[in-house]
Amino acid sequence: MTEALRRLGRWGVRFFERLGRGSIFLFQVLVALPSLLPRFGLAVRQVWSIGVRSLAIIVVAGLFVGMVLGLQGYNTLVDFGAEESLGIFVALTLVRELGPVVSALLFAGRAGSAVSAEIGLMKATEQLSGMEMMAVDPLRRVAAPRFLAGIVSVPLLAAIFSAVGILGGYLIGVGLLGVDEGAFWSQMQDKVDLKDDILNGVIKSVVFGFVVIWIAVFEGYDSVPTSEGVSGATTRTVVHSSLAILGLDFVLTALMFD
Amino acid sequence: MQSKTMEVGVGIFVAIGIAALFMLAMKVSNIAELATTGGYTLKARFENVGGLKVRSPVKMAGVRIGRVAAITFDDKTYEAVVVMDILPEFSRLPKDTSASIFTAGLLGEQYVGLDAGGEDRFLGPDDEITLTQSALVLEQVIGQFLFSKASEGN
Repeated sequence: MTEALRRLGRWGVRFFERLGRGSIFLFQVLVALPSLLPRFGLAVRQVWSIGVRSLAIIVVAGLFVGMVLGLQGYNTLVDFGAEESLGIFVALTLVRELGPVVSALLFAGRAGSAVSAEIGLMKATEQLSGMEMMAVDPLRRVAAPRFLAGIVSVPLLAAIFSAVGILGGYLIGVGLLGVDEGAFWSQMQDKVDLKDDILNGVIKSVVFGFVVIWIAVFEGYDSVPTSEGVSGATTRTVVHSSLAILGLDFVLTALMFD
Repeated sequence: MQSKTMEVGVGIFVAIGIAALFMLAMKVSNIAELATTGGYTLKARFENVGGLKVRSPVKMAGVRIGRVAAITFDDKTYEAVVVMDILPEFSRLPKDTSASIFTAGLLGEQYVGLDAGGEDRFLGPDDEITLTQSALVLEQVIGQFLFSKASEGN
């Protein structure tokens, strides 16, 4: 009994300790962000490796998610003779939920894990300590550019995901299943609101990008400098950021859409 | 990866991302409508608005000429006050225009339908439409039908 309580307490203490370390780390990275201005190339390089190179998976996933939405939505709506609302269905689903959530999940798997592994390995091979020896602040040199790149990339990727997904739904709905093209777009424009739907979707993806890249950079930076530690950090990045995305999505949806 | 190619790649990525956002805004959302300004509002009182909602369409002859901007309750007359935003190009609605609440299709959404009258003076900003007809509440209609059937039987 006391053993179980002790374990629970230990878990709680560890949890809050990590949360605290993570928050301090976040604060330090945010303070280091302005120092990127004269060395903007560092951030551009990171946008390349975590943003541009995630483009392929985002486009392919978006296209297929959109096509599946087109098929499934059509099958349900046609029973009610409402297949012309397919455009609304596809657009609202993607813009409000699937665009931000799925692209953030894919980003966590494709880029977050890579960032953690890279920073973890830098730590394990003592490159970070080496930088410190040379009076180069690894927070500014390593953490801040990746952080900025993540925050910039995720909303752009989510927008691309939604746009490609709507095109996929259009291809299936209008091209294959014969929904009227005019009704598809005009009903969509009638029901999708710029502020309530699109802007809220963008806000969601900014929040997700912030959280995912925070977790990824922190896990790498905080990892145990062994091969086991790096692999653990990579796994934790994917698991924790996926859970954070899904949990935050629920909270944000409850706050935004009533 | 050469630095220049990389920068070009990042530039293209950012451009595609912004283009996607632009497409979402222009092609998917209602921005075209938000951009039009200079419309005016009309008011109408209904005994019952049924399932009418804010942002429901306002139509005349089946053409959408505006949207419901607000629905409030007047606690003196116990009526619903519906405020409608009318697009600026429809500024020639006769004074004796009447408003009814219709349902699009059997299960569709409800909308305000305006019927033009014959007067040659036009409704201006913040004017009130006095001739109104409430939403059809299905239960009431069935109730009336049964009632009239029953009284026929006697």
